[in-house]
Amino acid sequence: MTTQSEAVPTTVSAAPTEQPLLEVTNLRKYFPVKSSGLVRRTIAQVQAVDGVSFQVPAGTSLGLVGESGCGKSTTGRLITRLLDPTSGSMKFEGHEIGNLSPKQMLPYRKEIQMIFQDPYSSLNPRHTVGTIVGTPLRVHKVVPEKQVLNRVRELLEVVGLNPEHYNRYPSEFSGGQRQRIGIARALALQPKLLVADEPVSALDVSIQAQVVNLLTDLQKEFGVAFLFIAHDLAVVRHFCPEVAVMYLGKIVEIADRETLYNRPHHPYTQALLSAVPDVKQAAVGGRRERIRLEGDVPSPVNPPSGCRFRTRCWMAKDICAKQEPPLLQIGPKHKVACHFAGEYGAMPTSPITLNVLGVDQEGTPVAGATPSAEDLNEPGFADTWTDVETLKGNSAPMATSLPSDSRPASEVGSEDRGTRS
Amino acid sequence: MAGFIIRRVISSFLVVVLTSMFVFALFFLGPSNPAGPVCEASGKCTAERLALIEEQMGLNESVVTQYGAFAKGIFVDRTITIGSEYECDAPCLGISYGTRGQVTDELLEKYPATLSIAIGGAMIYLTLGVLLGVLAARWRGTAADRLLVGGSLLVSSVPYYLFALLAWIFLTLQWSIFPATGYTPLTENPGAWFAGLLLPWVVIGVTFSTQYARFTRGSMVETLGEDYIRTATAKGVKSNKVVFKHGLRAAIVPIVTIFGLDFAALLAGTVFTERIFNINGVGWWALNSIQSPQDFPVITATVLVSAVLVVVANLLVDVIYSFLDPRVRMS
Amino acid sequence: MTDFLTDQQHAGQPTPAPGGEDFLVVENLSVQFPTHDGLVKAVNDLSYSVKMGETLGIVGESGSGKSVSSMAVLGLHDIKRSRLTGSIRVDGKEIIGASEQTLRKIRGNEVAMIFQDPLTALHPFYSVGAQIGEAYRIHHDVSKSKARAKAIEMLDRVGIPQAKSRVDDYPHQFSGGMRQRAMIAMALVNDPKLIIADEPTTALDVTVQAQILDLLQELQRDFRSAIIIITHDLGVVAEMADEVLVMYAGRAVEQGPTRELLTHPEMPYTWGLLSSMPDVTASTDARLVPIPGNPPSLLNPPTGCPFHPRCPHVDKVPGDLCRTELPEFLPGQRGTHHLKRCHLVNPDDIYATEVLPEIAPDLVELTLADNADVAHGDGMHGER
Ligand SMILES: Nc1ncnc2c1ncn2[C@@H]1O[C@H](COP(=O)(O)OP(=O)(O)OP(=O)(O)O)[C@@H](O)[C@H]1O
Ligand SMILES: Nc1ncnc2c1ncn2[C@@H]1O[C@H](COP(=O)(O)OP(=O)(O)O)[C@@H](O)[C@H]1O
Ligand code: SF4
Ligand code: SF4
Ligand SMILES: [Mg+2]
Ligand SMILES: [Mg+2]
Repeated sequence: MTTQSEAVPTTVSAAPTEQPLLEVTNLRKYFPVKSSGLVRRTIAQVQAVDGVSFQVPAGTSLGLVGESGCGKSTTGRLITRLLDPTSGSMKFEGHEIGNLSPKQMLPYRKEIQMIFQDPYSSLNPRHTVGTIVGTPLRVHKVVPEKQVLNRVRELLEVVGLNPEHYNRYPSEFSGGQRQRIGIARALALQPKLLVADEPVSALDVSIQAQVVNLLTDLQKEFGVAFLFIAHDLAVVRHFCPEVAVMYLGKIVEIADRETLYNRPHHPYTQALLSAVPDVKQAAVGGRRERIRLEGDVPSPVNPPSGCRFRTRCWMAKDICAKQEPPLLQIGPKHKVACHFAGEYGAMPTSPITLNVLGVDQEGTPVAGATPSAEDLNEPGFADTWTDVETLKGNSAPMATSLPSDSRPASEVGSEDRGTRS
Repeated sequence: MAGFIIRRVISSFLVVVLTSMFVFALFFLGPSNPAGPVCEASGKCTAERLALIEEQMGLNESVVTQYGAFAKGIFVDRTITIGSEYECDAPCLGISYGTRGQVTDELLEKYPATLSIAIGGAMIYLTLGVLLGVLAARWRGTAADRLLVGGSLLVSSVPYYLFALLAWIFLTLQWSIFPATGYTPLTENPGAWFAGLLLPWVVIGVTFSTQYARFTRGSMVETLGEDYIRTATAKGVKSNKVVFKHGLRAAIVPIVTIFGLDFAALLAGTVFTERIFNINGVGWWALNSIQSPQDFPVITATVLVSAVLVVVANLLVDVIYSFLDPRVRMS
Repeated sequence: MTDFLTDQQHAGQPTPAPGGEDFLVVENLSVQFPTHDGLVKAVNDLSYSVKMGETLGIVGESGSGKSVSSMAVLGLHDIKRSRLTGSIRVDGKEIIGASEQTLRKIRGNEVAMIFQDPLTALHPFYSVGAQIGEAYRIHHDVSKSKARAKAIEMLDRVGIPQAKSRVDDYPHQFSGGMRQRAMIAMALVNDPKLIIADEPTTALDVTVQAQILDLLQELQRDFRSAIIIITHDLGVVAEMADEVLVMYAGRAVEQGPTRELLTHPEMPYTWGLLSSMPDVTASTDARLVPIPGNPPSLLNPPTGCPFHPRCPHVDKVPGDLCRTELPEFLPGQRGTHHLKRCHLVNPDDIYATEVLPEIAPDLVELTLADNADVAHGDGMHGER
């Protein structure tokens, strides 16, 4: 892998800033479903992305995993503004970009680039590699016309291709090499954020590692932040220190990778992780004990009420159908959206969300309670969180007589335990 | 499904109405004066006579009124004055300037001939073309396939009228292999009907079939490469059945679309066929009507009929399509 | 509910036990396709066998000849467009050169196939029930209504809820997982003795993949059939197969019992496959170790060992052997059941000292000890 530090001036800002590079709050995208015929009425909405919030700090990676159709790509396309959001806010370096016109968006396009899944269809077969990689340079006039070719050569070298191959056509390259061309194109404008939508899924096993390593090197070298979309849990774990799991348009769990992969608290994350076949299993023989999920993902046109996972969840109770579980922070860098969140095999018997929702065990609103779930869809992590472990023992129905503003201390992390050091 | 058909019928109807308005506007508002031919037909045409005829024909009324009268005539009888007064029974498409007969009657009289040519020809070219195409696809790459593709290109490069004329001259006149052509109504004498139309059918059938063979071959080759064809073979389905059941079932879908439009065009009249084989059909009739003196009501009627045919063909294609492809039917 | 098929169809036939007769024997199979650019040598000199009740996993990257070789078993290659040599025997019957009629009796009956993408592999214009019923009626002389009942039964068997009401649905009305289930139902309807599953879960999500793999295993238990599972995912192989065959450039490059092969691989390409992909427990600081370069062209395969242009261990072989001479497919250091195609004489040591520390440092000690055992001749790893 050749990466030349002189080739591309780095854009990394040394001092870590408080502000995240990208902050997404309550992002929604509904696609209308039209009737056929002369007058095409909207008869339903595909709720492809329904209120997701997250942050991508500069220079790091956030992974986005989930099953097909859960809204990963749509989220990526919203952030690159290939799609217009239905509602919600997207702040890039503190500037709102969710509502910008294409013209106003232009300066930000340089900063946010995308790598696509399919290395075959995402490159125009009639253009040479030089044209493909050089086009963003010309459009944004970042270098004088005379320098474009030199810059293209530099970029090809950075992604590990022969710089003298700028005159060739995409068809003369293999899948992995094409993906490198796509990466060179995305890098041309020295973006601060790369949205990588399944960058290795279409590649051969032996080639995937080459591309993952290239992306790792580029991140180290140029400090690019990644929103890394993939369905391969192992690749995401390898690449991203922080991972969000999506299900049917919503984030159900988001945490640092150690927590998410070692102590997943959402039933869906647990099922997802246990479903991954493991080579190491060979040493043991046979198949691992796994969580068996029944059925398929429901349609995003008409998602289940309450918790969207409840139709396949082995933990589902009445409250799950009535109340949507809020994305509750339960650790320093751990949020989960489940009424019964807990480690597999040790999940609480009583909902942990009663207080924030102001409901009783069955999910019926309690008179006089003040739900605070509305505030829970903030991106990022707070300094205090709900402590599930202490809540778990407390299986008694919530005392309705409790003054609503004085929650038991045990439910909020106490100062010393719950503050980030 | 029913809703889909109803919506399509309504939109088809709107298309026909709009076409009729357009045709009407085009001929009656265009630079030439419809009263002119009528005036000239009856001796010397003076300015006063022309004005009088214009007055009688209602040409001084607003376009909307004129169109209203025309449209109303489709549903109720009306009286039309062209020189003298003529009765026009509903559905009335006007009175021919040339024959002073009711256009609707003439249309009904000419139509069976055109219909006979079209149906017979289409049946031949569809069966022959699809069969040849399927076989060529099945044996693709072989000499037979190349012969068929080459032959079909050759036939399509000869202009149709030349082909038809040569066929008539040699097959009927010179060698008398085919009986003399012409139209006898089926109800009068089925034998004569068949004999008179045989050569036109064969000529249409052969020329069009080459084109259909190529369409079908292309569609079939694509289909035979599909995964589900491999699945069928892997199940143990006989290779003939794989081709004709699994393959053709999917490959025929795009052919239906082309066929619908081609057939509509045939129904709207085949000028060359009718002229060369001496058959008095809609095509010939339409051709005569645009020759001087122009017969505006006939032109309007023929254009309108073509529009209706195309729209109906499209509608039928869509309905058939949805029966052929469950994915369309269910959405 | 699970034994109606086994009882009906196998009644009177002795069911061979695992470890008995080979049901499928492939010997020196080569498949070549003449194309405009030249002769594509898709499969070269491939030999393997599968017993009843056994699962063989075939692994390799795309283009390594996995599908081509398995399609040859059903005689699915167009004889006018391909050249096949060697021998394939299904239950003793030769497939290569067999008549259409002989092949038809085997296809879908003794040997059934499940394809990668169930959406394209099912006919879009026929209902799922009709397609399953057709497969049944080809090999059983029964009425349409009987076939339909059978289709419902099979759909139910593979876990389609309300099979009765879903039997007339078209494939596009099914979800991906349900389509693959329907495909499996169709493959199993004639109670085949061998099922070839060509990447049956590649197009599916992990949770659905797990469901399908569960189903295949469960059905194999009930039907006692042999399975060939083709995949590029070593994880799938590790959990499903008894025996693994690794293919590279149309050739078998390593073969052995799953546990033996995955814990003591002896061929650099297998090492590459194992080390290039992260797994959900590996250290995240370690770099991935990719296999350099690209898969070879099958028009002009490299001379000598086909893996030599990408192999990091070429210099450990004396002389120019790797570039000039194709290694034979022979047992390595670990016994006759474990074959490899590589010139390296001490692959186990190289694996334990050079490869393993990179991918699983915690296993080095164990593997070294194991190697020593084998060297002393007292620890044969016969798992099955
Ligand atoms: N243009 C569109 N019109 C209507 N629905 C759409 C459109 N694009 C996406 N969807 C729907 O939105 C949902 C989310 O789609 P998306 O492409 O984001 O999924 P994904 O998580 O990227 O899945 P995959 O892993 O298959 O790539 C799906 O149900 C999809 O069918
Ligand atoms: N009909 C064909 N004509 C020419 N080449 C073919 C044909 N079918 C397969 N191949 C080639 O044979 C090789 C092996 O293919 P395949 O067995 O499908 O690979 P995989 O291991 O991914 O299943 C590939 O290089 C492929 O391009
Ligand atoms: S909220 Fe209920 S249904 Fe949803 S994941 Fe948690 S337990 Fe399951
Ligand atoms: S024979 Fe040589 S090139 Fe081939 S795998 Fe072995 S060491 Fe590598
Ligand atoms: Mg996607
Ligand atoms: Mg394949």
